[in-house]
Amino acid sequence: MHAMQYMLLLNEPGDEFAKRNDPEQAGAYWGGWNAFIGAMAQAGIIVKGDGLEGPHTATTVRIRDGKRLVQDGPFADTKEQLGGYFVIEVPDLDAALEWAARAPSAASASVEVRPVMPPKAPPGA
Amino acid sequence: MTSRDLRVIAEQAARASYGRLLALLVSRSRDIAASEDALSEAFVSALRRWPVDGVPGNPDAWLLTAARNNLKDLLRHQTVVDASAFGLALRQDELAPEAPSFPDDRLKLLFVCAHPAIDPGVRTPLMLQTVLGLDAKRIGSAFLVAPATMGQRLVRAKAKIKTAGLRFELPAQEDMPARLDDVLGAIYAAYGTSWDAVAGADLGCVDLVEEAMFLGRLLVALLPNEPEAHGLLALMLYCEARRPARRGTDGAFIPLKRQDPRLWSTHLIIEAERELTRAAASGVFGRYQCEAAIQSVHIQRPITGRTNHEALSTLYGLLAARCPTVGAYVAQAAAMVEAGAASEALAVLGGLSADQVNDYQPYWVTLANVHRALGAKDAMTQALKRAIGLTEDPAVRDFLARILTEEGVREIDSP
Repeated sequence: MHAMQYMLLLNEPGDEFAKRNDPEQAGAYWGGWNAFIGAMAQAGIIVKGDGLEGPHTATTVRIRDGKRLVQDGPFADTKEQLGGYFVIEVPDLDAALEWAARAPSAASASVEVRPVMPPKAPPGA
Repeated sequence: MTSRDLRVIAEQAARASYGRLLALLVSRSRDIAASEDALSEAFVSALRRWPVDGVPGNPDAWLLTAARNNLKDLLRHQTVVDASAFGLALRQDELAPEAPSFPDDRLKLLFVCAHPAIDPGVRTPLMLQTVLGLDAKRIGSAFLVAPATMGQRLVRAKAKIKTAGLRFELPAQEDMPARLDDVLGAIYAAYGTSWDAVAGADLGCVDLVEEAMFLGRLLVALLPNEPEAHGLLALMLYCEARRPARRGTDGAFIPLKRQDPRLWSTHLIIEAERELTRAAASGVFGRYQCEAAIQSVHIQRPITGRTNHEALSTLYGLLAARCPTVGAYVAQAAAMVEAGAASEALAVLGGLSADQVNDYQPYWVTLANVHRALGAKDAMTQALKRAIGLTEDPAVRDFLARILTEEGVREIDSP
């Protein structure tokens, strides 16, 4: 059975980001994530993955008319922002969706699941 | 045998085998588009070769072998590296190409087509194309979509199944009820009457009736222990049984209570009753069973001489409580009026919000009927006008317009 790689794009709302450094809520917040990541690690499906610093640390760059436009903040000002990602290797989309549903951010915001592009053979191969 | 006879045999083989063969090809390759191309090429070869070489002893095996060879060639030309993995899978499977019976993977195909990761609007078209081999033009006209647009939607859905790697297996036991519901919904949509149109079940477009019945029977054959599969088939059979009575000789719309039961198809009713009995034996409530039971009550009229409106009210109440859709509430209200409870019916309709009913024709027909029963003639006229403005079928529009123009209070029939 061939396996496929999927990226889980873990989106979180502002109040979840705030919990990361709130002494009263950080324990529960990280506990939830650690349990999820631990379960994926135990299942041996993690290819790679990281949490990301909050959207207030984001800087966005665009080139327009040959000029560099550097802007403070994420590329889109939306309620849900990317808080981290994992690339997992599982047999199919259904399995990837099952893992995505277990992420704490699936309940607080959303998880987008995308297949990782398979490597292309050189032309003419 | 003439070449025309051979063509007929080939076409019959196509109809009977298309979905089965495609499902087998897709189960290996996960690539619906390439499998379709490979299979249609095999059919073309058959039309060319069989008249010369004679029809092979096992036409399906011949077609499958030809299609697999085509598919291998197609995949070989793709630049994706892991195409070789598909190639290996194909070669192993070919050890027994002449096996007298093939596994039937069409159920997996149905579940992939109605997968939650697939846009609900394209699930039914996808089923019709993969299981029955219908082309985008035919499907497009049934769904009032331009053929090119339908073609694009189908291409996009197939690309998603392949690229996103959807599972080509039956769902796990715990996921079965929800996943089966999607499959049932997609088949029912092919019948032309969406769930919400329950109150107007006699009004639906009927272009794909035969195909929907085929899918309904197929699902029952493949999942004989799922009561809702039997329930859906029973529902469609009951509706079909009444089809000949639904239009006058002049094409005019005839509502259920004015239909001549002698025109109802007895053998379809018997089949429907058998399916409903099978479903009911499980003792588990299901919305399709409940809807079929409602049809069954209507069918009793010629036997008992009256329509049991109390039973209908109860069944619709059950339906609305378990599946609170606009269609179920409107149907419940319609049954209540008939049972002589117009004020209660008005209360049920009053519970629906404006944006739920703005474009829902059965609501306005039922509201008009409620106002008639309550003797509120102006309100009735107003509701009737809204209903006429929302009616698609010219025969139904004429029927409603006739009521409007007639003096005095005439009874409106809810379909």
